[in-house]
Amino acid sequence: MRKVAAIVIASAFFAILLISFYQIPQSGYSGSEYYYSNPITGSHANESVPSHYISGTKNETGAVNAVTAIVVEYRGFDTLGEVTVLFTAATGVAFLLHKGKGGKKRAEANLILREGSKLVLPFILLAGAYIFIHGHLTPGGGFPGGAVIASGFLLMMLSYPKFFMKEKPVSITESFAGITFAVIGLLGLLFASSFLENFLPLGNAGYLLSAGIIPVIYIAIGFKVGSELSSIADKLKEVQK
Amino acid sequence: MIEFTIISWIMALLVIGAAIYAIETKDLLSSAIAAGVASLVVSIMFLILQAPDVAITEASIGAGLTMAIFVYAIGKTGRWEK
Repeated sequence: MRKVAAIVIASAFFAILLISFYQIPQSGYSGSEYYYSNPITGSHANESVPSHYISGTKNETGAVNAVTAIVVEYRGFDTLGEVTVLFTAATGVAFLLHKGKGGKKRAEANLILREGSKLVLPFILLAGAYIFIHGHLTPGGGFPGGAVIASGFLLMMLSYPKFFMKEKPVSITESFAGITFAVIGLLGLLFASSFLENFLPLGNAGYLLSAGIIPVIYIAIGFKVGSELSSIADKLKEVQK
Repeated sequence: MIEFTIISWIMALLVIGAAIYAIETKDLLSSAIAAGVASLVVSIMFLILQAPDVAITEASIGAGLTMAIFVYAIGKTGRWEK
């Protein structure tokens, strides 16, 4: 009986997935029934939202990477909420798994892993920093960059059982990055007309120092995500018994 | 174009195979590793579908951090499904 119910539910889910799969517009199709209206002036443009994002991103935000421009500029408030969710998750993990010092002693990793991880760690950190600093120019951004940095620290935790993150610098980095994001949003309220609006010069599109507040926010997000994810991994390691 | 189709099919079969193995096996450690393999292949698919942003995120979070968290949890509890 349970098997029949499971099969019915699974096939219903599969049918819904198939139906919604056929609803997806073709790739390269930029039309939509939703029309773009400027949130600040309230004026309506005679173009759909996707085509506005494709055609207007470079002039309006100065970012070459349209995905980044949407995540940080057009939908910046959502990103602030996303960062808050991650912060809440990290706080919850720290609250539940605090101070399990000691536990079972893990054997030392072998020589190749220990020396190899020492060798590749700087390159992993460099790649992570590159991904979030160049978020407005190349694919990537704060979230992937922070995750790459956290995976570098995770590698160190795996190869050296005694390696741990000092709690104070990690939490100071995290808080400082979060405050930077919020303060930039408030400065937008002060110098421009709305929260998280760009108030810095746009510069030449394609250069490192361009796109106004996007690089600043993405560097802050990169530090924040990196410190949060590595502190989560560190907490889980500490508790191991 | 035909190579693209062949590669897509191979990857889709790999993902499905890894996912079924991850569910069916009694060894939780190899189950976690199979889940990691599935998300690594999915990240290559994202790269082929020209979504490099998502591919980077999927590779570092899905195949790296999530698997490590699973492995830590298995180390804390037990390796075999009862």
